[in-house]
Amino acid sequence: MSNLSPINWWRRLLALPNENLTKTLVVAFLVTFIASIFVSIAAVTLRPFHLANLENERQERLAAMVAALPGMSGILTGAGVDDMEAHIVDLASGEFAANIDPATFDQRAAANDPALSSPIPSDADVAGIKQRSDFAQVIILRKDGKLHLVVLPVRGIGYKSMLYAYLAIHADGNTIAGLTFYEQGETPGIGTRILEPEWQALWPGKQLLDENGAAIISVVRGEAVGPFEVDGISGATRTSNGVSNMLHFWLGDYGFGPFLSKLRDGEV
Amino acid sequence: MKESLSYLTDPLVKANPVTLHILGICSALAVTTSLSTALTMAGALTVVLILSSVAISSIRNHIPTSIRLIVQITIIASLVIVMDMLLRAFAFEMSKRLSIFVGLIVTNCLVLGRAEAFARQNPVWPSFLDALGNGLGYSLILLIVGAIRELFGAGALLGYQVFPLVENGGWFEPLRLMQLAPSAFFILGLLIWIIRSWRPEQVEEPEFQIISPNDARHP
Repeated sequence: MSNLSPINWWRRLLALPNENLTKTLVVAFLVTFIASIFVSIAAVTLRPFHLANLENERQERLAAMVAALPGMSGILTGAGVDDMEAHIVDLASGEFAANIDPATFDQRAAANDPALSSPIPSDADVAGIKQRSDFAQVIILRKDGKLHLVVLPVRGIGYKSMLYAYLAIHADGNTIAGLTFYEQGETPGIGTRILEPEWQALWPGKQLLDENGAAIISVVRGEAVGPFEVDGISGATRTSNGVSNMLHFWLGDYGFGPFLSKLRDGEV
Repeated sequence: MKESLSYLTDPLVKANPVTLHILGICSALAVTTSLSTALTMAGALTVVLILSSVAISSIRNHIPTSIRLIVQITIIASLVIVMDMLLRAFAFEMSKRLSIFVGLIVTNCLVLGRAEAFARQNPVWPSFLDALGNGLGYSLILLIVGAIRELFGAGALLGYQVFPLVENGGWFEPLRLMQLAPSAFFILGLLIWIIRSWRPEQVEEPEFQIISPNDARHP
């Protein structure tokens, strides 16, 4: 009966010539079995490290994107946003343009490139920018996997300079989460008050659109009444009007209008 | 003892796998843009080579001849997968820079070449020394090429600025060619030339003789 013990069986196997079919199959099986166990153990033990590395990388990317949105970091970090991604939107259709890499897209250069931009009909050009790029970067922030905020880059003529700003909108596509200007050349002490945190704090919670989807948010002279109005800056009427016009343009059909209607329909 | 030492020292210059056998040059070109990537790649390949040689040598008497290449590749591939996972876990930035080239160690002729030519027929200890020697020989070439490319392509070594760059107010204008793959070919070619001038026995016989025009006309 000792012939049946595993050790004997093993010895007899090793004694077989290397050309033997049984030995070939057994060796092939054992080598792959041991190799797969080896790889599996490594994969399982190293998995926490891989996940931690990926999480770190995502956090770093998030921090870099927040840092690239001046003035927005308070809104973004305060909202408990846990994911952030940049997309390029085809403004005419409101669809994401998957073939453009957000990391290399330069919207200002595109606005001056005839191949990538379109002239704006003068009756629609309320913001006075004459030419706009066909594509624009939007940043989408998610919280627990659900869309939480979108951040849109906007620009328009103020009193004597181009105003550049980021407009953050809630998932309903209508409520403002924040408006921050990051580049302007308005009259110091008067027009430049658009940069003051007190004035920017008036924006969150305001509504952009009426029931027909037309942009009616505006900066009014004196005290604001209702959800569609924001206090004007005394002495800076034209800067205030510039801000209103800028928002009307970018919320309209030549701006992010098609994209925002998709957002309201839950298609983003 | 002297003989076993030669297993270790021969592959450094006398029978260097890269410059004599011209093995494994795909990765030698790809990862040598800087010294740090060359160093990591050299370490990864040396470890994989040693472990695979030892494993294959220890079961050499029982590898069926009909499936020996598959058995060898299976062992090498498992080691490479684990090595890749280790790098991704503990040297994440570096593994992103090396991208697929760690995984491609599987196809590095050097590893399979040593398994097939040496470890399959020799005991464990000589196989270990041979693998270590070949790993060091490969590493030596990678480090030389990597050092030259990083020094002249970026004016730095291991990330430390050696030559002050023009764009930072220094005098050194980086040679952009050094950051591109062809420069690795040039450096490797010059290295082979230098080694073969020093050791003429490495020069190969031409496979075909150039025939003179007279012979061509009257065969």
